[in-house]
Amino acid sequence: MGAHPREITKAEHDLAAMFARTEATEVARDAFALFSTMGLPHRRVEAWHYTDLRAKLGDIAPLAKAPSAELVGQVASELDAASVSAARIVFVDGRFVAGASRLSALPAGVRVGESDAVPVWPEVARDEPTIALNAAFAPSATVIEIAAGADVVAPIEIYSYVTAAAQTYARILVRVGAGVRATIVETHDGEGAGAHQKNSALIFEIGDDARVEHIARHVDESAEATHVASFAATLGARAQLDSFALVAGGALTRRQLYVRFDGDHARVGLRGAALLRGNQHCDTTLVVDHAALDCESRERFKHIVEDEATGVYQGKVIVRPGAQKTDGAMKSDAILLSESARMHNKPELEIFADDVVCGHGATVGALDDEQLFYLRARGLPKAEAETLLLEAFAGEVIEAVRDETMQEALRADAQAWLSERHS
Amino acid sequence: MLEIRNLTVKIAEDDKTIIDGLSLTVKDGEVAAIMGPNGSGKSTLSYAIAGKEDYEIVEGEVLLDGKNILEMAADERAAKGLFLAFQYPIEIPGVATMTFLKAAMNAQRKKRGEGELSTPDFMRTVRAGAEKLQVPMDMLKRGLNVGFSGGEKKRMEILQMALLAPTFGILDETDSGLDIDALRIVADGVNALRDPKRGFLVITHYQRLLDYIRPDTVHVMARGKIVRSGGPELALELEKNGYRDYVSEAA
Ligand SMILES: Nc1ncnc2c1ncn2[C@@H]1O[C@H](COP(=O)(O)OP(=O)(O)OP(=O)(O)O)[C@@H](O)[C@H]1O
Ligand SMILES: [Mg+2]
Repeated sequence: MGAHPREITKAEHDLAAMFARTEATEVARDAFALFSTMGLPHRRVEAWHYTDLRAKLGDIAPLAKAPSAELVGQVASELDAASVSAARIVFVDGRFVAGASRLSALPAGVRVGESDAVPVWPEVARDEPTIALNAAFAPSATVIEIAAGADVVAPIEIYSYVTAAAQTYARILVRVGAGVRATIVETHDGEGAGAHQKNSALIFEIGDDARVEHIARHVDESAEATHVASFAATLGARAQLDSFALVAGGALTRRQLYVRFDGDHARVGLRGAALLRGNQHCDTTLVVDHAALDCESRERFKHIVEDEATGVYQGKVIVRPGAQKTDGAMKSDAILLSESARMHNKPELEIFADDVVCGHGATVGALDDEQLFYLRARGLPKAEAETLLLEAFAGEVIEAVRDETMQEALRADAQAWLSERHS
Repeated sequence: MLEIRNLTVKIAEDDKTIIDGLSLTVKDGEVAAIMGPNGSGKSTLSYAIAGKEDYEIVEGEVLLDGKNILEMAADERAAKGLFLAFQYPIEIPGVATMTFLKAAMNAQRKKRGEGELSTPDFMRTVRAGAEKLQVPMDMLKRGLNVGFSGGEKKRMEILQMALLAPTFGILDETDSGLDIDALRIVADGVNALRDPKRGFLVITHYQRLLDYIRPDTVHVMARGKIVRSGGPELALELEKNGYRDYVSEAA
């Protein structure tokens, strides 16, 4: 059978109508044209096999409006209490808002600007329709430039605040200069925003010898939210990137990560924990591309899944011809706390070099009865014994977070989630 | 006081009777030793008393200080004063031993209606207990039992028993895996807990432990039953003759 015209869903139709009404830049027009050839991804697309976005996305919410001055003021004062860092770059309903940010607290050498010229595809993530959609609808790209020599001590927080049940698109490019050390925290907050639909893209270009820690918190998210979060990074020689994500909120969270080693002797650690209950669905799909010599990658994900919730982990590690001395290890572990909880694991290795050490593993199971009995025999009630074991399970990845304040905050997030289990 | 009356226990999964109408009473202040061949059901008995869920109680009762505990969950039995030192203590990665000890001590205090221990009180108590059993403090910072040697695990069990101060302690082969010095340290730890109001059931294969922890009574268990009871001299006799008299009875 030859190619046949794709059936356009209502959501796709609505998106086209909405796009026609925007004042699109050239990049945006290209992006939407690319999106239109692909449409919303569905289960027959390998990368979306366990998350049929086309089926799950019923009605498309209206595009978010630019926030009013009043809203900006309100957000600014609220964030003074909620934000984890003094240096803050704030997005309200998808738009970068200088007035709600704390740009004055950014260290010297860090600049925030906007650009209409960031290409549709991040270098390492082509042909992903949701990224095209991001480029089509994002009002512009926000560029965070951290110059070589900048002395970034405290974390820089990218705070994405959603206030309405609308579609929001944020597109952020972070350029990290050679030798810089920086911690970037990405916080998603949409607690009061109902069934909002967020599409965010965070693109890192990490220079030689730079050392970046990235921490994403998908915790204070509305229980009805849909969020497609793309993360793309290229690394220069001897650079180091550690990325950690905690997902506890949202109805549907899709995190897609694309990382490529461009320089030799670099290291990447991608880690995360997802704490899921009710009907939550969280999909982490990642590709790590070893295109240089002697690089190391670690992927480590933990899921705790309760009720009818679903966790998905798909990880692909590619070792290009010539990427000798690659050292890769991928592991996904899940604990299912109910009969109807689901976990799908799909780790893959594509190795085209011979002198490499790569491995992967995946486990799905229940809490260990022997451990539970041991704790209960010492007097811990069932709930408390379970909490202790689950905290330890999630703690095994949280402890890899280097920033101590953030590590504490993430532990507290996990504890809060666990304490809700028995209340 | 622990009274086991006509207890019959099956493996819940495969309908196999392991404890077969067993009766045994251990009075307050008494140390009772149980000896018996491998597979005779000693650990199963201790698990069934402690409340492990893999077993089906077919009939019988277990009374702790006059109250049937078989309907209680394991943590409730512990709160009532029961302690089992495991033959194979479980490793729990990611749970720091200190965190666990504090949680266990406070959980039991709470059930008994007492307030939480303050951190300084807790530290003082643990430090004193650890010193007696020669458990180094930095071992307590590690994951519970993770990477502990066989002997270290056993010492940790007795440290837990000392900290939780139960009214009845079951020691399942606490001596196995201990070197000669550690055996003495552990036995001293147990002897320090001997009290007119506290009973012990000591499961062991070797007379040697009983040289240090002098039992009041010795019982031979075979095929899920107590087949003979006597005084300390019975242990010496077993050491000499083995279990052949009791095993052959089965044939
Ligand atoms: N969960 C189980 N499933 C199947 N069989 C079991 C189970 N637990 C115990 N058994 C069996 O029950 C019998 C008694 O085991 P138990 O561990 O109580 O013996 P024991 O007297 O403690 O032996 P040892 O001296 O070797 O420690 C053995 O035959 C054992 O294989
Ligand atoms: Mg045994």
